[in-house]
Amino acid sequence: MAKVPVQFTLNGSEKAEFIDSGTTLLNALRDKIGDTSPKGGCHQGTCGACSVIIDGELRLSCLTLAETCSGTAITTTSGLAEGGVLHPLQRAFLDTFATQCGFCTPGMIMAAKVLLDHTPNPTRGDVVEALSGNICRCTGYEPIIQAVLTAARSNSQNAA
Amino acid sequence: MELRKNYFADVRKDDLHEIGQPRPRSDSPGHVTGKTAFFADRNFPGMLHLKMVRSPHHHARIRSIDTSEAEKHPGVVKVLTAKDVPHNVYTILILIQVGPEDETVLADGKVRWKGEAVVAVLAETERAAQEAAAKVKVDYEVLPAVFDMEEALKPGAPLVNEYHGQNYYLYDSGECRKVRFGDVEAGFAGADHILEQSYQSSPIEHAPTETTGCVVAPEGNDRFTCYTNTQAMFFTLDNTSIILQMPGSKLHFVGGTVGGGFGGKVDVIVEPIAILGAKLTGRPVCFIYSREEEMQISSPRAAEKVVIKDGVMKDGRIVARKVTGYTDAGAYSRHSPYGAQKGAGHYPGPYTIPNVWIDTYCVYTNRTPSSAMRGFGVTIGDFALEVQMDKLARLIGMDPLEFRFINAYRDGDMKAHRQPTEGAALIECMQEASRAANWPVAEKYMAMSSYVKGA
Repeated sequence: MAKVPVQFTLNGSEKAEFIDSGTTLLNALRDKIGDTSPKGGCHQGTCGACSVIIDGELRLSCLTLAETCSGTAITTTSGLAEGGVLHPLQRAFLDTFATQCGFCTPGMIMAAKVLLDHTPNPTRGDVVEALSGNICRCTGYEPIIQAVLTAARSNSQNAA
Repeated sequence: MELRKNYFADVRKDDLHEIGQPRPRSDSPGHVTGKTAFFADRNFPGMLHLKMVRSPHHHARIRSIDTSEAEKHPGVVKVLTAKDVPHNVYTILILIQVGPEDETVLADGKVRWKGEAVVAVLAETERAAQEAAAKVKVDYEVLPAVFDMEEALKPGAPLVNEYHGQNYYLYDSGECRKVRFGDVEAGFAGADHILEQSYQSSPIEHAPTETTGCVVAPEGNDRFTCYTNTQAMFFTLDNTSIILQMPGSKLHFVGGTVGGGFGGKVDVIVEPIAILGAKLTGRPVCFIYSREEEMQISSPRAAEKVVIKDGVMKDGRIVARKVTGYTDAGAYSRHSPYGAQKGAGHYPGPYTIPNVWIDTYCVYTNRTPSSAMRGFGVTIGDFALEVQMDKLARLIGMDPLEFRFINAYRDGDMKAHRQPTEGAALIECMQEASRAANWPVAEKYMAMSSYVKGA
């Protein structure tokens, strides 16, 4: 199989790899680069567990070819905490019991981050819509929605 | 959440330090930072991928299996069939003496449901394993199949599972689990009204976000580490030990992190064959269900049929209950004999009924083997029982909630399986439900208590 070079920044650090053409970004991140925070739940773009942020936009890494990501900046949940300090979203998920098994959590946090980056003071409806591509089977959506709203409030308090 | 301390005030313990106190989950910091290691987050150099060749038929005899083309496929390292499995016929609950062994790890001579594992292919890449699996040729002689429990129980129905010899599980109490309490026919004879209804359900898939699977790494000393998302670590370890005829000390299981399970990960399906693959190739092996497999192959909640006949008095007392329950095990037992048995214990409901007669059958059909799922064996029963309770209340023109107060069991009441009721709080729960749902009941019910002093 043809190998192609791919180069991008992942959570602020430069990555350069030769990968098999056709490899998904999800597999490249997990198997080649070793960032296993995006999870493979369905590998067909329906569960949202593999969500990552590419150049500020929410993307499903299982449907994104790694070779199309050259020159981009990619953020995953493992890169969110800075200097050991949790991101407000991570803090809120922790404090409001918004994780049970934890498998959907990294994808949920990515989806929520993109929402808060674009809409710092979302309504409940905004949160529901932003998380609508992410499936959770055990925590239940309500604690997750509350976590995102809590993080939004703590953000706006920080800004004030 | 408000704690109502007026209930059971004289028996309540209020000096507990842990119970009733919120505590953070120890695993959530790993979840929110993406550091929690699920089984598939382990990646070993040289890891092989396992793909299963599955039966396209509900019921068929296997005339022959030809793996020669698959073995020649680039990247294929090993192809496994039934003859490679040391103890190929097993059943999970044999560990608690619930037999007979009735299920094959890899089909031997026959397939009994569509999706049954027939041949395992181990290859360098997932894609190679998939392509090679498509090249395995299995010659089937399709047999008549049975999909309906009542059809399966009729004389002359196709025999699903030879290890049982008939299409139902044979308990030590006979062809079904039985509860006999009082005289149910006398109860019906004295009842003001009789209502007989039947209820049925479809299978339900758990659909965990993380699919079922495991990663196995040989430790190099004939010992194997298996990273798995099983929900039943010791069932899995001990059954693997039996299937592979290896002492448990050679099997090192690492688990406890499960990306959703709901009972769907208690069966012993992926680990034995993956460990066998690692043993025979000397290489790490990954066997993970695709989403499609998870939805089609993993064991669902059993389909059930429940027939309930109740005798009730005009004043609201239920005086007799007769229940026949059927649990569709699919082609193999797995946890279903236990599920059907739980139903027998559960069908009296949380009610005090003086005359009870219950039979529950665990039936084999050529459908996907069903197994554990959240309260399996009792949840469908609860649905049926509570719909029946509403119908009974309507029949005698009584408020459905007040009707339940009249029949609710209280401390000291004898249950149908002759276990005296202890610590019942049903009356109190219904009182709170009445307030929460704004569904008022007469004052005399609000003054009742489940707690009977000295009971």
